[in-house]
Amino acid sequence: MCRGLRKVYGDLEAVSGLDLDVPRGNCFGLLGPNGAGKTTTLRMVLGQSPRTSGVLSIFGESIDSNLREIRQRTGIVPQADNLDPDFTVAENLRIYGLYFRITSSVLEHRIPKLLKLVELDHRATDRISTLSGGMKRRLILARALINDPDLLVFDEPTTGLDPQARHMIWSLIHRLKRNGKTILITTHYMEEAERLCDEIVIIDHGKLLAQGAPGEMVRIHCQKEVLEIRGELPDRLFDNLGYKRNRFEQAGDTYYLYSDDTTELLETAAVLPELACLHRQSGLEDVFLRLTGRELRH
Amino acid sequence: MDWQLPLPRLETLAVWRRNALVWRRMIGASVLMHFGEPFILLIGLGYGLGRFIGEMAGIPYFAFLASGFIAWSAMNVASMEAMWSVYTRMVPQQTYEAILATPTRVDDIVIGELLWCASKSLVSGSAILVVATVLGAVADWRAILALPAIFLTGFCFAAPALIMTALAKGYEFFTFYLTLVMTPMFILCGVFYPTASLPAPMQTFVQFLPLTHAVALIRPLVVGQPVIDPWLHAGVLAFCGFFGAWIAVVLVRRRLIV
Repeated sequence: MCRGLRKVYGDLEAVSGLDLDVPRGNCFGLLGPNGAGKTTTLRMVLGQSPRTSGVLSIFGESIDSNLREIRQRTGIVPQADNLDPDFTVAENLRIYGLYFRITSSVLEHRIPKLLKLVELDHRATDRISTLSGGMKRRLILARALINDPDLLVFDEPTTGLDPQARHMIWSLIHRLKRNGKTILITTHYMEEAERLCDEIVIIDHGKLLAQGAPGEMVRIHCQKEVLEIRGELPDRLFDNLGYKRNRFEQAGDTYYLYSDDTTELLETAAVLPELACLHRQSGLEDVFLRLTGRELRH
Repeated sequence: MDWQLPLPRLETLAVWRRNALVWRRMIGASVLMHFGEPFILLIGLGYGLGRFIGEMAGIPYFAFLASGFIAWSAMNVASMEAMWSVYTRMVPQQTYEAILATPTRVDDIVIGELLWCASKSLVSGSAILVVATVLGAVADWRAILALPAIFLTGFCFAAPALIMTALAKGYEFFTFYLTLVMTPMFILCGVFYPTASLPAPMQTFVQFLPLTHAVALIRPLVVGQPVIDPWLHAGVLAFCGFFGAWIAVVLVRRRLIV
C-alpha cells in the first residue's frame, strides 16, 4: 500500500504521486514503457531507495520502522542477474539463506525442494557461469523463495528469455499465486500481464494512467476490434479515416483503426486491396500504446 | 547523506562468512602466496642485505626486516582486498545489490567486509610470523601479542581503502591511492630502516602516517623489545579504523541506496 509516493532525482521527477493498493493474495502488475518509473517505484516499495515523499506500508506495517521484518517476509527477483559467481547453484541458495539468518538445518531441508521446483536439481553442484540465461532466472526465482516469503516481487522476470523459459517462469508464478503468495510484478510485456495479473496499473512519466483488471481495461479504454494497415494510405482515405477521432492512430508506416463494428473494419479493408491489412481483436497492448505511445490524431 | 553511525548486527557475520567460504575454496594458492612470498623475500633481502648491514637499531637486520614486513603486509593485504575485491563484488558482480534485498543492510556489508579484510591481514601476518620464527627472527612467546596488532592494522587500512572503493568509477582509480598513499608509507614508515634516520621534518610527517604506528607496535613485540607508547600506537590505528569505517559506510550508503 502506498500513498502519494514521489521520487525526485535532481531536476527529474521519476515518480510523481503514486497511490497503489496491492490486495493480499493478488497478482498485481505495474506496467509502463522503459523509463516510466517502474523500477524506481519497486525500489522505493522495497526500501532500497529513499522516498522523496509519500507513505508506504507492507503487511500493514510501516516500511520505515519495520523494514527488517518486512524483508524477512519478502522475496525479490531483480532485473539483473546478480547471482554470486563465486559459488555453485546450491551454494548460492545456502549463502543467500545466511543473509536471512536461516539455520543450516532449515536450509538443508529447503534447498533440494527449491531446486526441484525450478528444475535445477541436476545442476546443484555446477558453477553459475555454466548456466544458461533461463536457468539463471530460475535460480534467482528459487533464491527469492529461500525465506518462504509471503510477498514476491518480480522486476521484469522474463525479459530476454526464450519462449520455453518464459512459459516455465509463468507457470511457476501461477503456482506461487495458487499457494496464496501476494505477487507484485513489473513488465512491459502485455501478454505476461494478461496471463498473470488480477489487476494492473499503467504508469508513464511517474504518473498513473489507468488501473483495473486486464480485461476490463481493454473494454474501457479501447474498441473491441482493430484493423492494422501497413503501407502508404491514399490521401483521400487518409482524410476520411482521420475524422474518426480517437479511433485512428499512426505509428511509423502502420495505421490502426479501432472500432466496435466489424463490418466497418472489413469494408475499409476491402477498399485497400493493395495494402497489407490485419483484422484482429484489440488487446492490452492496444490500451498500453494508446495510453503511453506517441499518437498522431488527425 | 546519512551520517548515522554504523550499526552492524549479526548479519555482518554472514558477509564475513561468505568471503571466508570463497577463500577456503582457493586455500592452496592462498597458502602458497602467504608463506612462499615472505619466505623468498626474507631469505633474499634479510640474509642478502643483512650480511652487509649486520644490525639495525640494535636488532639483527633479518629480524628488523621481518617485523617490518609483517606490518607492511597487514596494510597491503587489507588494502588490496578492500579495493579490488570489494569493488568487484560491489560493481561488476552486483553481489551487494542481491544482499540488499535481504534483511542484511549496507552497514552489515561494509563492516563485514572490513572485518574480512582484517582477517586476511591476520592470515598473511601470521604466515610471515611463522616463517620468521622458523628462520630464527622471533625472540619469544610475546610475539603472539603481535596478532591482535596485525588484525587492528588490517582493519585500520581496510577502512580508507574501502572509502576509495566507494568513490571509484573503475579499477584504475586505485592506482592513485596505491602510488600516492601506500607506496610512500611502504618506503617511509620504518619498514626498511628506523624512522629516526629520516630528516627531522620528515620524522614529524611520518608520525601522521598510520603505518609508522603499526610498525612501532608490531616490531618490538616480534623481536622481543619493550613497546614504547603502546596505547598511543594502538589508539592511532583504532582511531583511523573507526573514522575510516564510518566514512566508508556513509559513502557506500550514498552509492548503493539511491
